[in-house]
Amino acid sequence: MRDSEISIWFFIGISLLVNGILITGAGVWQVIHPPENPVVLFNLHANVWWGALLFVLGLGACIHFAPKRNA
Amino acid sequence: MMPTIAAFAASRLVHLSAVDSVIIAFYFVLVLAIGWYLKGRANTGEDFFMAGREMTAWIAGLSFLSANLGSLELMGWAAAAYQYGILATHWYWVGAIPAMLFLALVMMPFYYISKTHSVPGYLKLRYGEPARALSAISFAFMTVLMSGINMYSMALVLKVVLGWDIHFSIWVSSATVAIYVALGGLRSAIFNEVLQFVFIWAGALLIPILGLVETGGWSNLKQQIARNASAEYTHLWATLGSFQDNPMGIHWTGIVFGLGAIISFGYWTTDFLVVQRVLSAKDLRSAKMAPVIGAAFKMMVPFIVILPGLLGLAVLPVKLMGETQAVASGGHSYNEVLPLMLARYCGPGLLGLGITALIAGFMSGMAGNVSAFTTVWTYDIYRALIRKNAEDSHYVSMGRWCTVIGVIISVLTAYLVMQFKSIMDYVQALFSFFIAPLFATVVLGMLWKRVTAAAGFWGLLAGTLSSIGMWAWVKVDPSALRYVALSPYARDMAENMYRALWSCLICALVTVVVSYMTEPKPEHELRGLVYGATDIPHEVHVSLFHRPAFWAAVVSVVFVIVNILVW
Repeated sequence: MRDSEISIWFFIGISLLVNGILITGAGVWQVIHPPENPVVLFNLHANVWWGALLFVLGLGACIHFAPKRNA
Repeated sequence: MMPTIAAFAASRLVHLSAVDSVIIAFYFVLVLAIGWYLKGRANTGEDFFMAGREMTAWIAGLSFLSANLGSLELMGWAAAAYQYGILATHWYWVGAIPAMLFLALVMMPFYYISKTHSVPGYLKLRYGEPARALSAISFAFMTVLMSGINMYSMALVLKVVLGWDIHFSIWVSSATVAIYVALGGLRSAIFNEVLQFVFIWAGALLIPILGLVETGGWSNLKQQIARNASAEYTHLWATLGSFQDNPMGIHWTGIVFGLGAIISFGYWTTDFLVVQRVLSAKDLRSAKMAPVIGAAFKMMVPFIVILPGLLGLAVLPVKLMGETQAVASGGHSYNEVLPLMLARYCGPGLLGLGITALIAGFMSGMAGNVSAFTTVWTYDIYRALIRKNAEDSHYVSMGRWCTVIGVIISVLTAYLVMQFKSIMDYVQALFSFFIAPLFATVVLGMLWKRVTAAAGFWGLLAGTLSSIGMWAWVKVDPSALRYVALSPYARDMAENMYRALWSCLICALVTVVVSYMTEPKPEHELRGLVYGATDIPHEVHVSLFHRPAFWAAVVSVVFVIVNILVW
């Protein structure tokens, strides 16, 4: 790819970062305000830790493949 | 079929929260933004149709896999796993891995060194214009049908799962794909396919993880499936000794020779939809490495597709059924197993991500079909048969318009596809019509110098016509199944496997016979096209860990181990 091109991994980092924030936020909200009809295994709070994992991976990709560094 | 869909709409499986809607909307914005960003990098034919041949092995490899990871993969095979058990895994392992490694190590050098733009383009170089025209026209026909299947699947699932209007789903998703592919060409399609690959894993991986937690691990899962269905559902090979001993009604010879040796080799080595992604690689080593990377990830896909189907057999409180029966009784069909599992485990946010994963799968499949159709139409039909000597910019412009027109044809096809009761079997039938004979034509042309131009054409034509003929024979007279599939007990999928096998053998036989009756090309015309007449660069200067052959060996060993583990 051309040197000046923004890496696809940067776009992926952005998507993971944003989704991580949204999913973790929704998970924390549900921890504070438990739903009336929870999903199976709600007690594991999967959206909190899965969202956090996506956030960390996304942040790492954004930093590593940031356009300035890639140029 | 429309009343059928209307019946499904009576109840939706899940209700999205605001955060789920934001996640889905963000995905659409992101794919359009990528297309917009890349629009300035698709000015030449090489850029638009081949992504400038600049892709790394990882990007080409993930795109190679993602283009295949469409709606049928996610929804269809999860449904097949619920219906047939772990046998559905054969389509990911023996039905893919050997073929992908063969493409990497044996066929890729010829595709890459010949600098062809497409698989029909290779046929032109090897056999001449008639073989290319036959292949290009049949491929274009198959591709728009496949794209229509993708759209139909997507619209149906969005209707069932979310209650979205079927026409809204079809037109919004197809317009999105049309915009980003028309703007950025193959590069945009590839970038979005890699993005979609990540979305699919991020959105679907939690289902098997949480499912195994709920069931208490693989051993407990097998016990629960044995109680709810049958112990046969968790054996990959042990039940294939007889047509009657397994839920699929297939014999191991059909899996090994029909699926493993013919259909999968035909699809993974000659279907331009996937091969195009590898041709975009920046050098020969990357082009060889890309299918190996794709194979490694392909081996893991059953974890997010097959396992949810099996988990559905164990934990879902309702019994799923065929589509017709589901509509009649108001129950849930096999095709709903993945959304049902998604709704079971995923709360707000995760649900949006899971739905986005499904939409991403649908769109990557559609984009793959559309970009491949655009290239074959522009290079192998329009430039070859209609307007030969136009400027490069004219063909790029044609490519952009063709993308939009291809999407519109696909939309129309989607409505047509609704008439067919079984999407999966229909696709398998299509593969056996065109892909299985094409594999014999291409591989004989690559490996045997004696094959002549006339033999390539007549072999391909005979194989395709014989396949269509066998399909029609069984349709008219169902008792013909005992001849085509070797057993009156064989089911649709088994019939497709054997039809592919026979059509490939007929193609090979006709090719060999006609070759001995006609004059071969002189050797200097075969350079770069055929084994024995081509100098293939060796990789002696590359370290072991950078050699495609080394990683292909690693993937092969893992492939054998996983098959034995669930024998």
